[in-house]
Parts: sequence; C-alpha cells; structure tokens
Amino acid sequence: MADALLTVENLAVEFQRNRDRIYAVNGVSFSIAPGEALGIVGESGSGKSVTLLSVLGLIAENGRITSGSAVFQGRDLLKLRRRELEEIRGRDIGMIFQNPMTSLNPVMRVGDQIMEVMLTHHVASPKEAYRRTIELLEEMGIPEPEVRFRNYPHEFSGGMRQRIMIAIAIACNPQLLIADEPTTALDVTVQMQILSLLRDLRQTKGMAVALITHDFGVAANFCDRLIVMYAGSVVEVASRAEFIRRPMHPYTLALKESIIEVGHRHREVRAIPGMAPVLTSPPNFCAFADRCPFAIDRCRNERPQLRSFGNGHGVACHRAEEVLELVH
Amino acid sequence: MAVVLEQSPAVRPRPQSRWLQAWRRYSRNYFAVAGLIWVILFLLTGIIGPWIAPYGYADTDFLNVYQGPSWQHIMGTDNLGHDMFSQILWSTRFAIEIAFGATLVSFVIGVILGLWAGLAGGITDMLIMRLVDFMYAFPSYFLNLILVVKFGRGLLPILFAIGITGWAGYARLIRSLVLSLRNSDMVEAARALGASPVHIARKYVFPNVMTNMVVALAFGIPYDLTAQAALSVVGLGPAPPMPSFGNLVANANANILGYPWLLYFPAGIFALTLLSFQFVADGLQEALNPKGGN
Repeated sequence: MADALLTVENLAVEFQRNRDRIYAVNGVSFSIAPGEALGIVGESGSGKSVTLLSVLGLIAENGRITSGSAVFQGRDLLKLRRRELEEIRGRDIGMIFQNPMTSLNPVMRVGDQIMEVMLTHHVASPKEAYRRTIELLEEMGIPEPEVRFRNYPHEFSGGMRQRIMIAIAIACNPQLLIADEPTTALDVTVQMQILSLLRDLRQTKGMAVALITHDFGVAANFCDRLIVMYAGSVVEVASRAEFIRRPMHPYTLALKESIIEVGHRHREVRAIPGMAPVLTSPPNFCAFADRCPFAIDRCRNERPQLRSFGNGHGVACHRAEEVLELVH
Repeated sequence: MAVVLEQSPAVRPRPQSRWLQAWRRYSRNYFAVAGLIWVILFLLTGIIGPWIAPYGYADTDFLNVYQGPSWQHIMGTDNLGHDMFSQILWSTRFAIEIAFGATLVSFVIGVILGLWAGLAGGITDMLIMRLVDFMYAFPSYFLNLILVVKFGRGLLPILFAIGITGWAGYARLIRSLVLSLRNSDMVEAARALGASPVHIARKYVFPNVMTNMVVALAFGIPYDLTAQAALSVVGLGPAPPMPSFGNLVANANANILGYPWLLYFPAGIFALTLLSFQFVADGLQEALNPKGGN
C-alpha cells in the first residue's frame, strides 16, 4: 500500500537466552493505513508484542532485529538513531500497555505525568499543556479534572489509570496508537468502557490504532482488519468481514472454536491440543503443523508463504484451498 | 457514542502531598516522634553547645575533681576537674560532624558506585559488586584504625576513614533498586513515550529510590556514630583536651571502681542518642515505604 502510515516489511527478531537463540519474529510484513484499526491476534509468545515493540526500538537488551524495515511517514524506524526514535515515540506514535496498575510513576501527580509528555516533546507551553491536560482528563471521562489533576496514581482505580495512560499516549495527537493488551488486566465492564473510549478517539481524531490482543472477540469487535500471528509469523490477514465469513487458516479456525461466545450455547468449545512452540531454529516448516489436524508431510518440510485469496485476504497454509472447501 | 462518564464519587480523595501523607503516618508512631525530638535536641546541642557550655572544654578545676552532680557542675567533674556537662556538649558537636560527614561520604560513594553497577551491568557490575563484597568481608574497624593511624586524628581524617569504609551497604541497596526499576512497567511505559535515559533517571528512578535512600541514611548515622566512638575509646579520637564520647567513656572506664557515675552521663546520653536514631529510622521506614496494613 502506497499510502500506508506504517509499513513493516520482512521483520525478523531474535533473542539470545543463555545458550539458545529464540526466533521470536520471523519475516513479518504488514501495514497500517491512516485512521485504520488493525488487530494483531495471537497467543502469549506468538511474537505480537515483540513485533511492535521492536519497531519502536523497545525490545530487551538480549533481543536483536536481524532483518526487515519499518517505514513510518517515509522514514525507516529501524535505521533511526536513539534520539530520533525518542522524538517519534510518544509524539507521532503513542503506546499504552497491559498493566495500568504499574505503568504510572507512583511519586508524580497524574496531571504532571500527562503534561510531562507534551513538555518533553515541546508541543505545548506549560500553560497550554495544563489546559490541554484538563481537556484530556475530561475527554477520558474523568470527573472533576481540576481536582483529579492533583491526585497520585494510587488514588485511582485500574480503569481510571488506564484512561490516564491513554490520555498520556494521545496527548501529542499521534497518528498511530499502539495498544498492547490494553484491557487484559481490567474486568469485563471496564474493558468495554475502555474499548468504546478508544473507538471514539479513533473517530474524532482520525488516529490509527494497532490493537495487540489475545482475545479474538475484542479484536473482531474493535478492528477493521485483523492479523493472526503464530510462532512469530503472520498466518492469516483479512478484513473483519472476511474473518467472520470465511476464516481459512487451521489455526484461526481452531482459535474460533476455542472461544466461548454468547448465543453459541450448543456449540462445543474445543481447546487446541498441545502448546505454542518456542522456536530455537529458524522455521523452514509450518510451526503449527504439530497441532494441526490438516497437516501433511509438506507442512513439516516447507514453510508456507502468505498467499492472497482476494479481498486483501492472505493465508499462510499449504492446504488453504482444501481447508476452505472442507469447512465452508 | 459518547464517552461513558463515571459518576462523581460521594467521597473524593482530597489531594494531599505525599510528604504530608508520610508525616501523618510518621506521627502515629510515638517512639519515632520521641526519637525525633531527642535527635533534634541532640543536633541543636551540637550546633549551639559550645556557646551554652558553662565551662570551656579544656578548663580544669583541680580543687573539684571526681565530683558528683551539684549545682556548680550539674553532671559532676572527672579526674582532672573537667565539667562533665560542658564536655558532653563539646563531644556532641564532634560526634555530629563525624557522623553526618562520614555518612555523607559513604552515601555519595555508595550511590555513585551502586548506580554505575546497576545501570552499566555486565563486567562493570561484576567488578563493582566484588569490591562491595570485599568491603563487607573486611573488618571495617581494622581499616578505620589503619587509616586514622596513617593520616592523623583530626576531624577530616577520621571523617574520611569512617566514610570510605561504610559505603558498601549503600552501593548494594542502590544497585538492587536500580535493577528492579530498570525492568519495571513504569520505565518501559516512559521509554515508549519518548523519555530519554537522563529524564528517566531524574524523574523516574531517583524519586522512586529516594525514600529508600532516606531510610538507609537514617540507619547509617548511628552506625557511624558508633564507629567514631569506637575509635576514641582506643585513643584514636580527637586529641586531648578535645573531648569525645569515646574518650569520656574510656576515661570513665578507667575509674569505674571508685567513681562509677563518670560513666552514667556520657554513656547514657550516647546510648539514648543511638536508640533515638534507630527509632527515627524505623519510623521513616514505615512512613515512606508503607507496606499496607494498619
């Protein structure tokens, strides 16, 4: 896509753990259009967080980006120097995290923390930053913003803290907001509130959102387009409608079988047998083969490439056509 | 769809500075408050003691040696007729200078090496921590003795001798705090929002370890007071006639069979001071790093 906001191409990330080399991300490509909501779905350890963290240069010291590019507004983020990347983080790309209980600085008033990011990036004078902070708190649905400005994080609930994290992340009006499991630590009602807050923000500010989640339901509910990751590779990418109508990859199918949905009372919930693998060698096979009911010899010897099935629907499976026929 | 607005709470937390909150927790601990009062008195005495002392520290009164407490000498006199009260006032000043100075020296060395080890990691960390282990293992009193014998028994040599033997604990504490903070969600979030390493150190790491440092300092001061007194006991304190708690106790010890009261005032006051510092440190620990409960 020529007009994409962020284009990640063939990204690979490795981690060194004691003697082992872990292949966490193996040639991932995707793009996010301006204003789009992209869901990145996968189990723990599927490489979904690492993919986006490495784009921002935030992976741990034992991690290494071995190939790929990530072009954001015409600049390859992977080639930028630390200082240049720091300028982009928080200003052009905002980020919120899984655990709002521990992500705020406990010794700083929350208002100061929201102001701080604007002052760090020189997007506002202290006076403007204060005014905007009050506005943001109001937008986040926090009552009595002038009073709450002066409270410390421990005086807020988890949902309120996540709202404050969001306020910090969007304070500089970024074009892209990366939300790394933003609702996982919150209870279900608060989860819905936070998601509808994010949806409003996307509509009013035209901000693109990359939602990283393990919850297929949340992703299908929130996103225009979904990417399913498994063992550091993209196994399927499609629009929400396509995903609901004809999911193709055996892993996606299994994932859908394994979640409990309202109204599917008579459907059996089936767990996926086995565990997600940790790759200690580069995958020249299909990583899902061991858990896949459709697996054939070819799956264990040749890595499936992402193939297009029209409508922007891509699947990385040797037997995608047969699966499609069998299931639908 | 509009943002879901939460109801204004019926009872809302009144914004209150964290120091005020800490003070409220502190003031509930009566031992800590009593300790603080004694410590403040002790500090005041150290500052204004020489002006309120009824006699000079070198004044002797050979007609009134070995006196018990009287109106003329409220804490009695020693074998040379020194006024015990004045001697204690002067000792206090010396004790405070040494204790605070030496603690500051240890603290600065400890913070620098601890931060360095924690932030640099790898081989630097390893080398610094082995040095810390060495300092822990080596008897610090012995090292104090060697340094004071080598560099003299003035204020500064004693101060530095105690200072450069006592930093290992601070270094270890700071390093562990830095390590745990470095991988915290909070620092990761700050990095994701574009904070530079310097900014993170200043706004995130330092304020969050500061309370621990204050507590460590409060525990460190009585330790250095003891170290200084221990040097004086073996005659490596300030040169006579300048008194110090160690000298006074050592002198009293020599006369303990005939004149035991010589020991009561200096030893008693010194012990109370140590205890008070301990109470203050405990109180600070509880007030600044509350672990729930209560």
